[in-house]
Amino acid sequence: MLYNEPSPLEVRVLTRRFGLPNSASIDTYLATEGYAAFRKALAMTPEQIIEEVKISNLRGRGGAGFPTGLKWSFVPRQSPKPKYIVVNADEGEPGTCKDRVLMENDPHQLLEGMLIAGLAVDAHTGYIYIRGEYRYLIEIMDRAIAEAYERGYLGRNILGSGFDFDVYTHTGAGSYECGEESALLESLEGKRGIPRIRPPFPAVVGAFQCPTVLNNVETFCAIPAIIRDGGAAFAALGTPKNGGTRLFAISGHVNRPGVYELPMGFNLLRMINEVAGGVRNGKKLKAVIPGGSSCPVLKAEECDIAMDFDSLARAKSMLGSGGVIVMDEDTCMVKVAMRIMKFYAHESCGWCVPCREGTLWLKKLLTRFHEGQGRRDEIALIGELARNMLGRTFCPLGDAAAMPTLSLVEKFYDEFEAHLEGRPCPFEARTAVLV
Amino acid sequence: MTFSPQLEARFEKLVRSYPPGRQRAALIPMLLYAQDEVGAVTPQVVEEISRRLGVSVLEIEEVVSYYSMLRRKPAGKHHIQICTNISCLLLGAEQLWEHACRRLGIGNRQVTPDGQFSLEEVECIGACSWAPALMVNYDYHHHMTPEKLDRLIESLRKTQ
Repeated sequence: MLYNEPSPLEVRVLTRRFGLPNSASIDTYLATEGYAAFRKALAMTPEQIIEEVKISNLRGRGGAGFPTGLKWSFVPRQSPKPKYIVVNADEGEPGTCKDRVLMENDPHQLLEGMLIAGLAVDAHTGYIYIRGEYRYLIEIMDRAIAEAYERGYLGRNILGSGFDFDVYTHTGAGSYECGEESALLESLEGKRGIPRIRPPFPAVVGAFQCPTVLNNVETFCAIPAIIRDGGAAFAALGTPKNGGTRLFAISGHVNRPGVYELPMGFNLLRMINEVAGGVRNGKKLKAVIPGGSSCPVLKAEECDIAMDFDSLARAKSMLGSGGVIVMDEDTCMVKVAMRIMKFYAHESCGWCVPCREGTLWLKKLLTRFHEGQGRRDEIALIGELARNMLGRTFCPLGDAAAMPTLSLVEKFYDEFEAHLEGRPCPFEARTAVLV
Repeated sequence: MTFSPQLEARFEKLVRSYPPGRQRAALIPMLLYAQDEVGAVTPQVVEEISRRLGVSVLEIEEVVSYYSMLRRKPAGKHHIQICTNISCLLLGAEQLWEHACRRLGIGNRQVTPDGQFSLEEVECIGACSWAPALMVNYDYHHHMTPEKLDRLIESLRKTQ
């Protein structure tokens, strides 16, 4: 089911079946070129498959944007151990709700992507790690898996090729940290979701200590189109080094929030104004978090920018997971900083001291600031605490908490000043009537 | 301790899903599915799963304390989880939360005296583009308002 109207500006590659009757069923899938890419891949060598993915310029859709073909090429060809395909469906980055619609509307596309990955690295087992709250998606995926077994697209000797592949769903139980790849693998093995030290990377030592391809849902969902239509065709949809389309989840103060599939490099202002119908209630744009809550904020005047990994990195932010959070002129940025930090303090797994302590102290400090109890010298303390987390943790959660905070203090310094020494939040009166 | 035949079938499938010698991998799914049936991860549930998987009680306690969905005491029949994270916050999640507290007369992680409702403030549930959002048990409710919440609570009351 679709939760928002599509936009005529969308380029629908991964979402091409959305809106078809029974789009999640294998019959609909097969009637619309479903599993054609897998049939094609059966006639290709593993090297050819990986080469096609490299040509596509597909970069990981979970947040880091690492080139997918390169990641697959790190899996050792010869291995005495079995290899695994693991799907990260632990979608939890605030602002992000795209993997949900991909699994809900086209689960077979994900399975086909996993199968092709299996062929590329000679893996025969796949796990889909789905966050616990997405129970209905586990049911949808389990139904799709059962259909695929019935029709011979999973199991032994698939389509008479001699290739075997099994897929299992695996539920999480509430933890943002488990979206981090090494913590996810710990959780998959039945433990607390605590990150592993790397190297070795999962490509060499992953699930059950075996070589593993671990990608985001959307990354796997792009694979069938890449193999079916060719890597070059996918690459051509985007900008250099940023192939294809991606699903942007637009949220916040816009008229038509929703998940939209747009080419990589699509202009952010056009995204807000033309795709999402502009800032609501005729208000002015104040700021945008361009790729989920971990990404440094952009001021309104910085939003005339191409939404690809490299353009955002040049602007000292990140494309992240594609969660575009739009904020209007009435938004209190101190409150935004406080709420984001409350989240990271809640989700820090506690393994690394700088993150465990830093997020908690920052939460307390920012809460006090928002209540008007901050002192001028403490504005610098916010930055100092945040910088002391950067690069000092096993996983990126510490950085994810520090980066947006640093950008908010730097770009909205005057708002932190406006909350000092007992002055109440100047925005509170204006935002209280929103609902 | 005995579970329903459906849950037993699920457990059986789960332990066959992982490589030989790696049955511990079934632990977290088993805990959550057992909680769904029993209402909470009780000491009896922990002991039973410990026996079945050969994982010590201590190691299971360590896992239970980590995951936010696993709980020691039962929630209400209708467990209302309101997201107040950034996208929902921008569209009025705080007011929704306060309204829910007033309406049900309970606070965070509390249960109404009749056991019908419980309330929890949760982090991002993946409904940002359709905010503000909440979940009742495993069901999503998008584009919420205090008025819609009132109607939802009334309709849930009637299902008892």
